[in-house]
Amino acid sequence: MPQRLRHLLGIEPLSAEQITFILDQAKPFQEFQRHPLKKLATLRGKTVALAFFEPSTRTRISFATSAARLGADTMNLQAESSSLKKGESLIDTVWTLEAMKPDGIVIRHAASGAADFIARRVDIPVMNAGDGTHEHPTQALLDALTIRDRKGRLDSLNVTILGDILHSRVARSDIHLLSKFGARITLCGPAMWVPRELECLAPNIHREPRIETALAGADVLIVLRVQSERIHEPPISLDDYILRYQLTPERLRCAKPDAIVLHPGPIIRGLEIDPAVADGTQSCILEQVTNGLAVRMALLFQLVSGAAPDAPHPAKENFA
Amino acid sequence: MRVVEKRQLLSAEEIDRTLQRLAHEIVEKSGGTKDVVLIGVRRRGVPLAQRLAKCINGFAKVEIPVGTLDITLYRDDLSTVAAHPVVQSTEIPFVVDNQDLVLVDDVLYTGRTARAAMNGLFDLGRPKRVRMCVLIDRGHRELPIEATFIGRKITTADTEIVEVRLQEIDKEERVMLVDRVD
Repeated sequence: MPQRLRHLLGIEPLSAEQITFILDQAKPFQEFQRHPLKKLATLRGKTVALAFFEPSTRTRISFATSAARLGADTMNLQAESSSLKKGESLIDTVWTLEAMKPDGIVIRHAASGAADFIARRVDIPVMNAGDGTHEHPTQALLDALTIRDRKGRLDSLNVTILGDILHSRVARSDIHLLSKFGARITLCGPAMWVPRELECLAPNIHREPRIETALAGADVLIVLRVQSERIHEPPISLDDYILRYQLTPERLRCAKPDAIVLHPGPIIRGLEIDPAVADGTQSCILEQVTNGLAVRMALLFQLVSGAAPDAPHPAKENFA
Repeated sequence: MRVVEKRQLLSAEEIDRTLQRLAHEIVEKSGGTKDVVLIGVRRRGVPLAQRLAKCINGFAKVEIPVGTLDITLYRDDLSTVAAHPVVQSTEIPFVVDNQDLVLVDDVLYTGRTARAAMNGLFDLGRPKRVRMCVLIDRGHRELPIEATFIGRKITTADTEIVEVRLQEIDKEERVMLVDRVD
């Protein structure tokens, strides 16, 4: 069994073995989503702080639902209503939350490295729900779970990532994760969003400007959202983007016939993806959402259950 | 902590005979095999449930459904044990509503595993009845729980451990009484 995780800050520092362990632990929770009674008491009495300093809908709801299904309570901090508006610093806000004695904290912040910064300054497990353009580890884990289920394996896949890779923490976490399993990764998008430096993230990454070429032989396609809120000067007009990079059924035929399509959401139909692809049989978009619950439940169970490291350790044999 | 083997409680042959008897008892006391379903509690309850189903198939010529239950998520000591918890899958590929369930485990001790297993089962539906079948009942109950089908009842000291070793998991076949020596 791999070393027990204390925090989940990113995919990059994890070993393939640790990733496989988390994915294996998510399996029972996938089954659990089909139960008629979706409520466990496993984390009863535990509290998870959800500190979202950046607007989020799906990740926040997914973490909150995962905690609720494990029986934990949540404290919610949302960017719009937070005291950050009143000028409080990030660390003061987090220390205030910590003083209310949660057993773990989930954090999303616009600054790359925010989760790591907090993990060094608090005594509870920290889960990164997205930090700037750095990492979004739970998204990569749920993507990996979805891919492993559909493809039957994770290793040596041809993966093509489409869109604004430069600003995408999902892409970065996906690249780190899939590379650990020997993926060959092709990045495709407008030149400004696919700088050469990305090839240094892992071995076996290359860039390809033409979408048809980028899709050839692909097992897995990861389509990214065009993040208009992060872009001040678009390198390309939306019409041009649609014309050159939209994933259409015709272009999808360049990939392997059994290729699957992932998207971290929210999807914008008719922009980065054609509705016929989003709703087609090769699309895994809604499976990803369901798998997000399984991965986050597995993670919360791993990180938040159990006693604090300094707690007395009663004999395990009491439970035979 | 060191452990020493004190004595053998059951040999391979005795385990086999005990399971044969338990299989007959389950069918007799259930008035047949209608709706009877076996649920093995991970880990060693699983091979025991499969063997019981095979025994029943041997004389009653009926395939009894067998499920597997992992109780990790239902344990009541997770918040006190700092160990690394590992969940495994629960595989109950049938509806438990209105079924006559028999929980199968190797050793009945404090009753806390049985309590956890029942919580797990009731999250899946509403069985008609739940009974329990164990290879060894070693006493020291901490909850009002008793097994309906018992292979062997033994008296033990609290420091002792009953180790059921099964071919499928442990590559040997016997039940040992071991003692903890500090």
